[in-house]
Amino acid sequence: MMGLSSASRSLLLAGVVFTAFTVAASAQQPASPPAAGAAPAAQPLPPGSPLIGRPDGEAAAKLAPVAPPPIPAQADKLPLAKLKVPAGFNIEVYASGMTNARSLAQSDKGTVFVGSRLVDKVYAIADKDGKKAVKVIASGLYRPNGVAFKDGTLYIAELSKVSKIEKIDENLDNPPKPTMIYDKLPKDEAHGWKFIAIGPDNKLYVPVGQPGNNVLHDADHGQIRRMNLDGSGAEVYAVGVRNTVGFDWNPETKQLYFTDNGRDWLSETVPEDELNRVTKAGEDFGAPFCYQGNIIDQELGWGKDCKNYTAPVGLMGPHTAALGMRFYTGSMFPKQYKNTIFVARHGSWNKSQKQGGDVVVVKLNKDGTVKSMEPFLTGFLEDNKYVGRPVDVMQLKDGSLLVSDDWNGAVYRITYGKQKVAAK
Amino acid sequence: MRKLAITVALASLSFSAGAETIQERAAPCLACHGERGTSETENTPSLGGQQAPYALIQLFMFREKLRVFEPMNEMAKSLTDDDLRTFSDFIAALPKPAPTADAADAARTARGQALANQNRCNTCHNPDYSGKENVPRIAAQREDYLAKTLAEYKDNTRHGYDATMADVMQTVGKDQIGDLAYYLARFR
Repeated sequence: MMGLSSASRSLLLAGVVFTAFTVAASAQQPASPPAAGAAPAAQPLPPGSPLIGRPDGEAAAKLAPVAPPPIPAQADKLPLAKLKVPAGFNIEVYASGMTNARSLAQSDKGTVFVGSRLVDKVYAIADKDGKKAVKVIASGLYRPNGVAFKDGTLYIAELSKVSKIEKIDENLDNPPKPTMIYDKLPKDEAHGWKFIAIGPDNKLYVPVGQPGNNVLHDADHGQIRRMNLDGSGAEVYAVGVRNTVGFDWNPETKQLYFTDNGRDWLSETVPEDELNRVTKAGEDFGAPFCYQGNIIDQELGWGKDCKNYTAPVGLMGPHTAALGMRFYTGSMFPKQYKNTIFVARHGSWNKSQKQGGDVVVVKLNKDGTVKSMEPFLTGFLEDNKYVGRPVDVMQLKDGSLLVSDDWNGAVYRITYGKQKVAAK
Repeated sequence: MRKLAITVALASLSFSAGAETIQERAAPCLACHGERGTSETENTPSLGGQQAPYALIQLFMFREKLRVFEPMNEMAKSLTDDDLRTFSDFIAALPKPAPTADAADAARTARGQALANQNRCNTCHNPDYSGKENVPRIAAQREDYLAKTLAEYKDNTRHGYDATMADVMQTVGKDQIGDLAYYLARFR
């Protein structure tokens, strides 16, 4: 008891001394009353702050992360009429009313599952005689952004755990609670939400983002892991990954391609978000030392060389937030779309003139490198403001393409050919 | 057309004759949060001049129990989406809160100001800390509420709508929260 109280007394004493010093130090400066406009030169940001690199100017002070409204848009208020697709394509509302609709997955029977990041729900869009019915199949979850489906089972990734619901299609009306299969994951909020998918090797791929904008981190972050479908045998598959929120496997080479978001506050024009390709397990993609394959980070990159990291196969634009991406293997779209990648770019916040907020189509060369990138679905950005923000893309079995929009809580469907839908 | 006409009618109802109605409906809110936008209740935020999109998000989170505080979860439980919008617009129109009026401790103020500048709080909250869109007004907010909220963001017991504040607070020391709150509560 004595020991404890004397220890706390010396702690207290240390606190008094420290406080006295700080007071004395700040007393040196003329103390000004708080007032708008009075902004003395700011101290450097503490190490690891998400705002490192952000200049002290007026233009930078206008930029802040954009949050979507919490209430989904009603079906008749969706920006459908503003959305543009190439000639011959059509776009329609597939389902609406799902707050913060994010990642997409599809069951064998055609049920579409939709994760969310800002609310606690996973939705199912069930098809009943051609009519779409939206149901909440899980709630009370923490940032359940990721969904994947295999052999009757739905996998759900929350911020720091992965769970599953077996025989989900048979239990859509009264699904059991998800059962946890893996939770050896950090609990950081920053880049903690997850996209997940199951590879051709029948393993579940689970990313762990860097815990901040631009930070040195431990060996548990900044990577993509893979594991068996029961959560066992987890291993690190790729490192140097800042924050990937979308990946898929090349149907020809079976190589994993993933999008990765570049850091904030370096500049208006760089770094660009990356499209990466994993050619062997354990590959290092550079973050937080090297971005977009050729920019050594001004703060953390000293002593590093970009040539020691795998460069991206494609650059997706600065701050555009390239998220969901899938290879197109269907036959509904014209031939030139076969094996191209559709990428949803959520759209920038850390840029004065917003960029992204669209779906682009990336065409590859025979060797798997990027040949071209073209706009495919546009119109979400109007007068430098978002009227919607695409998050994920997914091909349905009939070859049409779904696009989720977390701003409006909706999923759209893009088809090719003569429009069957009657005019409204 | 008919639907539109009805919507317009309802809207004008809640904004003209309904002005009284919303006042009446908001009376229980203002009992704790302060009738003129400034709260006089411990740990309870002033609502005046709050950004409507931020207020809407918070009311939504209370309704959905994504933000847990039982009295507010109870109050918001039965609100419709339209109610949430009506209340958040009402809150935004209340007069801005009055800053804590006392002979401010100059040293503390200077420390708080230096911290606010260092951490670039004005990036999202605006140079006058009035907030924008989903980012709240924090100028002249209650000191106890600010300190409590910053501490809760830091240890993640208050889950933000998104991860921004949890991220930002990682590099702000627990011992710095008091000075930040002190400064912002007196910001005019």
